[in-house]
Amino acid sequence: MTTSISRPALSRRPAVARTGKSGRARAWVTRAPLLPALVFLIAVTQLPFVATLVISLFDWNSLSPDKRHFTGLSNYASVVTDPALRDSVITTVVLTVAVVLVTVVLGLLFALLLDRTFFGRGMVRTLLITPFLIVPISAALLWKHALYNPEYGLLNGALTWVGDLFGIESMSQPDWISGMPLLAVEAALVWQWTPFMMLILLAGLQSRPAEMMEAARLDGASSWQTFRYLTLPHLRRYLELGVLLGSVYIVQNFDAVFTITSGGLGTANLPYTIYETFYRAHEYGLASAAGVVVVIGTMIIATFALRVVSSLFREEANRA
Amino acid sequence: MSAATTTEPAATGRTPQLPPAARKAGRRSAALGVVAWIVGLAFCLPALWMVLTSLHSEADAATNPPSLAASLTLDGYRQFFGGGGGPTPWPPLINSLSASLFSTVLVLVLALPAAYALSIRRVRKWTDVMFFFLSTKMLPVVAGLLPVYLFAKNAGMLDNIWLLVILYTSMNLPIAVWMMQSFLADVPVSIIEAAQVDGARLPTVLARVVAPVAGPGIAATVLICFIFSWNELLFARVLTGVVAQTAPVYLTGFVTSQGLFLAQLCAASVIVSLPVLAAGYAAQDKLVQGLSLGAVK
Repeated sequence: MTTSISRPALSRRPAVARTGKSGRARAWVTRAPLLPALVFLIAVTQLPFVATLVISLFDWNSLSPDKRHFTGLSNYASVVTDPALRDSVITTVVLTVAVVLVTVVLGLLFALLLDRTFFGRGMVRTLLITPFLIVPISAALLWKHALYNPEYGLLNGALTWVGDLFGIESMSQPDWISGMPLLAVEAALVWQWTPFMMLILLAGLQSRPAEMMEAARLDGASSWQTFRYLTLPHLRRYLELGVLLGSVYIVQNFDAVFTITSGGLGTANLPYTIYETFYRAHEYGLASAAGVVVVIGTMIIATFALRVVSSLFREEANRA
Repeated sequence: MSAATTTEPAATGRTPQLPPAARKAGRRSAALGVVAWIVGLAFCLPALWMVLTSLHSEADAATNPPSLAASLTLDGYRQFFGGGGGPTPWPPLINSLSASLFSTVLVLVLALPAAYALSIRRVRKWTDVMFFFLSTKMLPVVAGLLPVYLFAKNAGMLDNIWLLVILYTSMNLPIAVWMMQSFLADVPVSIIEAAQVDGARLPTVLARVVAPVAGPGIAATVLICFIFSWNELLFARVLTGVVAQTAPVYLTGFVTSQGLFLAQLCAASVIVSLPVLAAGYAAQDKLVQGLSLGAVK
């Protein structure tokens, strides 16, 4: 089945007369079904952001509303100079980069495994997708309480087990969350997001042209050579897409940070810090300025993401 | 993706006649199959552990080393549903269900005509419109949260699932438009035109021609929108309180208010995840397309 982009435009588009009243009326008839969705989306997503922009220019603490006044860009100056906020910017970057890189590598390995036929492949695929289908807050609670808990979590339980096996009485029982807080959050996120990367890369693997792979095999290319010179270049776009979308989703992560560490021990990322600044500290202006900073950061990533998406969009059109 | 899952090796009976090289390749792929099974089970282990723990008594759940041989019980589930005289989870579960269902219906009502305008009776500059939809999805929700909160507070809409319905709709609308656009575009124009030549009017064309071809994709879109709404925590946590509390918010409060009952917590997590697991498995072929905002088929 083809996408429509490649089709000659004329066959799809009813002849829209470019001049005259009837032409304009017809254009509106064509446009009408689109309008409810557009108007709704502009009202619900763009207006609040404009409001955030405005609030970010005020010194506004909701606990002392009388003192609210215009301060220009000073909230932004605070965002940049406040060590806590600066730390959360760094945490966000570290968290996002680490999780995205590890999930892409793991996702690629899993996708390559699933790309072969073997007994029960559908079942293994289901197993590998499952972590992604656990409600994020449940997954975070699971990691915090059932796995990381120093007294009866699975991780330390398994250590005790191994200790018993080798006759070690006092097996070390690390406190995972306070010992390595950022790593603890990252591990839980990696677990949740690897299936996402795997699914995208699997789609990429399965869109490789079969005749190209066959030709390479007939020419006696080793599987490494096929991977290096055919599969990897073909996957490039899918890898880019996975990295960019993963970044856009993980930059915004709130559930895992909120649940596992409550932002403590240097794990507060920007979404969590903004939540705290506005929900607990009631610093509306400052929270809004931080929110605008997140948007700017996301927009930089998203510009690339949109470019990758649009090139995939066009590529598919050309293939058809 | 769906095609590949069905291509199991069909020729097991023929193995003896295969040349040595192929037999070697067969052994290698069997070994890789074993590796894949081990990787799959190991990766899924935390989830399997959650299910196992949920079936243990509290005493057996909280042992170190873990007790694999402990007898199974449904006590955790009974407790979660208020068996021990505790609060029942029904109000938050019903809130989640209604917020997710209503917003999914609203998404469908808004996105389907839009997708129609972007694929079948196509508006001019339709790619620009598509990218506008997509760009709103990339705006971090946290940046719009405060104005929404202030608005809701002044309008008396805090702790109200209808506010969540509106927000979840805006959250899922771009994804739905993108996915449905690509599914509707799969309907061959020639069939639509042929039906119109035969005198079929728009409702007939939609019901007889478009729905059968694009229906499965639209169904998957609906499931994905449901999953995202069901999973949402940040909005629900900030904007709801007692009355409109959703299941994820209930789970976060569940731990602090009752101390920690591990088996019960795992049972709760299993129950809250069940609708998503069911929807996710049902939509798994189309899941990537939804998550990658329609960019990957």
